[in-house]
Amino acid sequence: MNNNNIQKWLKNNTYHHSEFWDLKEMVKQKEQKELTISLCLPTLNEEKTIGKEVVLFKSELMNRYPLLDEIAVIDSGSEDKTREVARTFGADVYLANEILPNLEEKKGKGENLWKAIYQLKGDIIIYVDADIKNIHPRFAYGLVAPLIYRPEVQYVKAFYDRPLAVSDEVRPSGGGRVTEILIRPLFSLFFPELTAIIQPLSGEYAVRRKVLERIPFPIGYGVETSHLIDVYSKYGLGAFAQTDLDQRVHRNQPTRALGRMAFGLMQTFFNRAKSLGLIENMTEFETVLRQYQVKKDNYEQLTFDIKEDERPPMIEIPEYREKYNID
Amino acid sequence: MEYTFEQILKQLPEISEKIKESREVILANLIMLGEIAAPTFQEARRINFLTDRFSEVGLLNSSVDEVGNGVGILDGEENEDNILIVAHADTVFSEKVDHTLTVEPNRVWGPGVADNSLGLAVVASLPTLLERLNIKLNNNLILMGATRSLGRGNLEGLRFFLSNNKLPIKAGVCVEGAQLGRLSHVSIGMLRGEITCTVPEEYDWTRFGDASAILTINEVINKINDIPLPKRPRTSIVLGSIEGGASFNAIATSANLRFEIRSESSEMVEEIGSRMEEIVAEVTSKTGDEINLDIFARREPGGIKFSHPLARKTRLIMEKQDIQPRLAPSTSELAAFIDKNIPAITLGISKGDNLHEVKENIEIEPLFEGVTQLIGTILAIDGGHCE
Repeated sequence: MNNNNIQKWLKNNTYHHSEFWDLKEMVKQKEQKELTISLCLPTLNEEKTIGKEVVLFKSELMNRYPLLDEIAVIDSGSEDKTREVARTFGADVYLANEILPNLEEKKGKGENLWKAIYQLKGDIIIYVDADIKNIHPRFAYGLVAPLIYRPEVQYVKAFYDRPLAVSDEVRPSGGGRVTEILIRPLFSLFFPELTAIIQPLSGEYAVRRKVLERIPFPIGYGVETSHLIDVYSKYGLGAFAQTDLDQRVHRNQPTRALGRMAFGLMQTFFNRAKSLGLIENMTEFETVLRQYQVKKDNYEQLTFDIKEDERPPMIEIPEYREKYNID
Repeated sequence: MEYTFEQILKQLPEISEKIKESREVILANLIMLGEIAAPTFQEARRINFLTDRFSEVGLLNSSVDEVGNGVGILDGEENEDNILIVAHADTVFSEKVDHTLTVEPNRVWGPGVADNSLGLAVVASLPTLLERLNIKLNNNLILMGATRSLGRGNLEGLRFFLSNNKLPIKAGVCVEGAQLGRLSHVSIGMLRGEITCTVPEEYDWTRFGDASAILTINEVINKINDIPLPKRPRTSIVLGSIEGGASFNAIATSANLRFEIRSESSEMVEEIGSRMEEIVAEVTSKTGDEINLDIFARREPGGIKFSHPLARKTRLIMEKQDIQPRLAPSTSELAAFIDKNIPAITLGISKGDNLHEVKENIEIEPLFEGVTQLIGTILAIDGGHCE
């Protein structure tokens, strides 16, 4: 099941950022369609990287090519100079708890992303994490391009793979440890089509406001996973696209931190699966695990039928009973 | 547009203000160019980015030549003569070094940011800056990122361009990221080389205590120190780096010494070069070790006079901006211009620190004056005030 749909989607909705090199044309299309675009950088103590992100996006995607209408930093209350640095280089800086001040205060990245919908004015919001060391304008234009060119696309995810393919060799393609060990197996069980999203946990995505305003936001680890399930349930796989942004250099998390992350993700996941009735109504589990590989520029699905068959206790086997004289 | 020199001086504060407003243009180019590793002989990716930038701003003649130089030409209104603005594209850092730059409110730091990512970023930004300043030049402005400049590169990129291009060049400006105030108009004679010593691998008890490449190099250094250096013409020998051995307890089987001989007189450079050859031959015959002398870069002394209009007008521009000119002879790109008898100077753009270290950094604020002095100098050359 779903194999054709997934393969078709991979072919039509998976991009490499280099396909969108023509920024002049992109700006023209954006203007023709009268779209406004906001860039949101959620921060918590990112003074080392935020300056560079603001300088690059402002110079390249506001001044040189007017693709972005605003660049906003939504800060969770950094104790370093994050807000000062961002302001120095010309970003609009907001403290998350000063947006919608009458609501109960919550703290987390998801909170900043959610409040951005209220604070920012764009028809499209691009979210880019502020801890990227090798930041480049492609992190924004690569994500927003499918939304500009294809009205049916609602949600564009980033994935990070490699520079343009140079060899014919097949190699595995996928996400980090939590994605491959937890999320893709869970999606294979409950939402097989969503396995086609190469990096479901990446923190960079661009989304139309009319979608963002209609989905809930977990404020902790689960925001990306819940978005995928909710948008998929409402609009189907065709609403997604994904763009390969080459490499992303950031801090590596220790295994224990990944354990905490996985725990948070499972809470979000099972809440969603339960409310969609997937757990109670499931008569049989899916047995196909879906992983991905890439050959040249084509992503293809690898399916493994993994049936966890089992044997009964030995004592129930007549031959055994006979051999050991068990009545 | 043609301005008197006084008009140019008068415009400088306004130019400086506008450059400040364009801070992001220069910083964005600095980040994007600076994060592409470009060790000497491997500048291709950085140069591609540079020429893409030239094409994006509409320079019609933007190309990469046979030795990898990236060149873009901003057409002048009269289109007859050419001014060459050049920054070397290579840095001393290998591709293995993390080239991430960090931007702070007052400075940018990371490998190669001062030497010479900032210089190259300014060259990449010039078309946009001139457009924003509404400056249209009479002469063509040739903008160039030069390859194979440092170390064994021996200025090959710029030398190739000057020897092979057909465009008449009326003056050249070499742009270096640091230091602001640098004004070089003469090149000193120079000879750059490396002495490598190798001793046999096997342990030889008959030579107990002295079979070490480090000891042999030490002997060479002692003899170099004995070379008498005259006070006039000013001459020096720089022992720039030394490497050898692998561990605490293993005898060093190889060692090398990198050096540069500098002098105002080319005869003196040659004479000391010959002494080096003699030293190497002498130490080889004494120790039986294998010692090689490899001379791979040379410069002839020369340049324009202190009173040459190009040097004089540039000094006046700097003084008007309260930049204290620091006159220092150069062994960089300037030498290639001098070999071709083209009047040229080298200018520094900002204040920098920790040069050639991973924590190399440049200050943001001074670079506005640095870029202004460059544009002022271009206007002065363009207006014919430097001939």
